[in-house]
Amino acid sequence: MSGQITMTEGLNQALDEAMAADDGVFCLGEDVSAKQGGGVFKITAGLTEKYGENRVRATPISETAIMGAAVGAAIAGQRPVAEIMLMNFVGVCMDQIVNHAAKLRFMSGGQTNVPLVIRTTTGVGVGFGGQHSDMLEAWFAHVAGIKVVTPSNAADAKGLLRASIDCNDPVLFIENILCYGLQSDDPGKDYRVPLGKAAIAREGTDVSLITYGRTVLDALGIAEELDKEGISVEVVDLRTIAPYDEETVLASVRKTGRAVTLHEAVKPFGTGAEISANIHEKLFNELRAPVQRVGGAFSAVPFVAALEQAWIPTKDEIVGAIKAAMDWKQ
Amino acid sequence: MSDTKLDRDVLKDIYTRTMKVAQTDEKFRSLLTQGKVAVMYYPVRGQELVSGAMMAALDADDYVVCTYRGQGEQTAKGVPADLWWAECIGKATGTCKGKGGPMHITHPDSGVMVTTGVVGSGIPIANGLAMASQNNGDGRVTVTSFGDGAANIGAFHEAMNMAQLYKLPVVFLCQNNRYGEHTAYADHTDSPTIAERAAGYGMKGVRVDGNNVEEMWAAAKEAVDRARAGEGPTLIEAMCYRMMGHFFGADFSYMPEEHLAEMQAEDPLPKLRQVMLDHQFTEEELDAIVAEIDAEIDAAVEKALEAPFPDADELRKDVFEEEIAA
Ligand SMILES: Cc1ncc(C[n+]2csc(CCOP(=O)(O)OP(=O)(O)O)c2C)c(N)n1
Repeated sequence: MSGQITMTEGLNQALDEAMAADDGVFCLGEDVSAKQGGGVFKITAGLTEKYGENRVRATPISETAIMGAAVGAAIAGQRPVAEIMLMNFVGVCMDQIVNHAAKLRFMSGGQTNVPLVIRTTTGVGVGFGGQHSDMLEAWFAHVAGIKVVTPSNAADAKGLLRASIDCNDPVLFIENILCYGLQSDDPGKDYRVPLGKAAIAREGTDVSLITYGRTVLDALGIAEELDKEGISVEVVDLRTIAPYDEETVLASVRKTGRAVTLHEAVKPFGTGAEISANIHEKLFNELRAPVQRVGGAFSAVPFVAALEQAWIPTKDEIVGAIKAAMDWKQ
Repeated sequence: MSDTKLDRDVLKDIYTRTMKVAQTDEKFRSLLTQGKVAVMYYPVRGQELVSGAMMAALDADDYVVCTYRGQGEQTAKGVPADLWWAECIGKATGTCKGKGGPMHITHPDSGVMVTTGVVGSGIPIANGLAMASQNNGDGRVTVTSFGDGAANIGAFHEAMNMAQLYKLPVVFLCQNNRYGEHTAYADHTDSPTIAERAAGYGMKGVRVDGNNVEEMWAAAKEAVDRARAGEGPTLIEAMCYRMMGHFFGADFSYMPEEHLAEMQAEDPLPKLRQVMLDHQFTEEELDAIVAEIDAEIDAAVEKALEAPFPDADELRKDVFEEEIAA
């Protein structure tokens, strides 16, 4: 394939191709249709013109009604892609996601299922402040029955979204605002990245840096720099956060003997804690250092750039964690 | 205009469904009293006709979303007694393999898609089922049933607005049984009726006597016909009375005795029987219908009591499509 696509284009193409392939796929959410300009971030641009307003439903500002409708349509056999404009607003429809989307397959003994994709966007570093920036993936990773996915590049965004739409279970699909402009080689039509499979974004031999989403970029940059100092960092991009690719993670840590988890969400009770605990349980004797964790500061995301930049896991913190693992004395 | 005439066939159908609800309710309470089963049960005594008439207005493949107090909708819509009873006591042979229980009955083959224990949460889900029908033009109607208390949940308001906006083929059936747990209607709502709220969304709203078969049937039939014709949703407020506590065995000393006595005079079951007799059904015919229902229930209960409980490995199944690791 020739040419490049941005993450925005990749997501739009995934929706377009999925809608063309299956009449049951439809989008709903605030501002998503052509009348409102194709979505706040333009992810649904051009789709109304092709598929009409029933399949690109602009909704009232009613997150519970949006999510409830998506759940109902999904159990009736359609494949809704519901957009929650910003991740913090999932709090408004938590009941529909946690009590219904995630549980109906189980509670019905498998008679119904919820092939629903919840697309949402978030990210620190845009100056949106405390109520528009949170990474809340751990909330959902803690609930049995919903998958949690986040891409770190444009090609993965396209392939993961397509696979999420194919998936017969609910998927929370998290897009980072700061990643929308990232470019990848165009992976072509009908491209899919399987759910539950991590990628080794960079091979290394000394320490495994396990991350996902935008912080994969930080990880790759830091790995490049540390290489010059003689530290070989393997970067694992989870891509699917829940259920995560335990096999790939453990294989990487078995190889390097050291691990650092990194995410934008606050550190306490985060997904890094789960992954770290699991590595300790399974590989304690093979570890050359305790698993280190890096995450966002334990406060609301601040508005002013000076503080916001200090809130995100900083380069110093990430490098510090890697070096702590490297320098650990038994 | 829809044809809301109550002919003998319709009456017989409503009577059969209503008595299924009534006999199931009575059997459940008797099993609980005898200690033969020990689960939470939310009685529907006093509300039987509302479900019986509403479900009679639906086609077999129409959808229903109901609540923990949904026995009426479930049995009247046609969930087979065998499967229903087994699920209520948690058996592997139940509709949901014992993983749902009485508060989460699902049986898509009968159109019962969701039973929810979170007050009001089924209302927006019903919109989604209706949206799917609208998207793929299958002509199905969705009915969602809920209590008067649920009409104060945010989900109710969001869903009403959305349903009317898109003219979804959905019927909102509020069973105003005068109580939300221990709180009487007047202590949780100051608007005189729930039905009048429909106007706030541009929707059609009607309040009917849910103990009166003519009124209840006419409202149900008209709402379903409107929905099927693409004319949009209707909010029906069916006035009825919860003749017992919130769940079986619960204290209901907070319900004034005089009011209870007054409402007992409105009991829908003897009233319905009288209407049947007025329409030249004989006592024997009516008794035969009930006897047949009783026999079916007794056999189902017996079978359910003997059925096995689910295996522990069910914990790993139906979490996701693929079985999860041990
Ligand atoms: C969101 C939510 N809040 C509280 C409860 C606890 N609760 C269970 S039933 C009930 C009363 C509901 O009353 P109503 O909607 O009138 O229905 P009814 O029980 O009368 O059928 C309450 C408060 C709940 N299940 N869900």
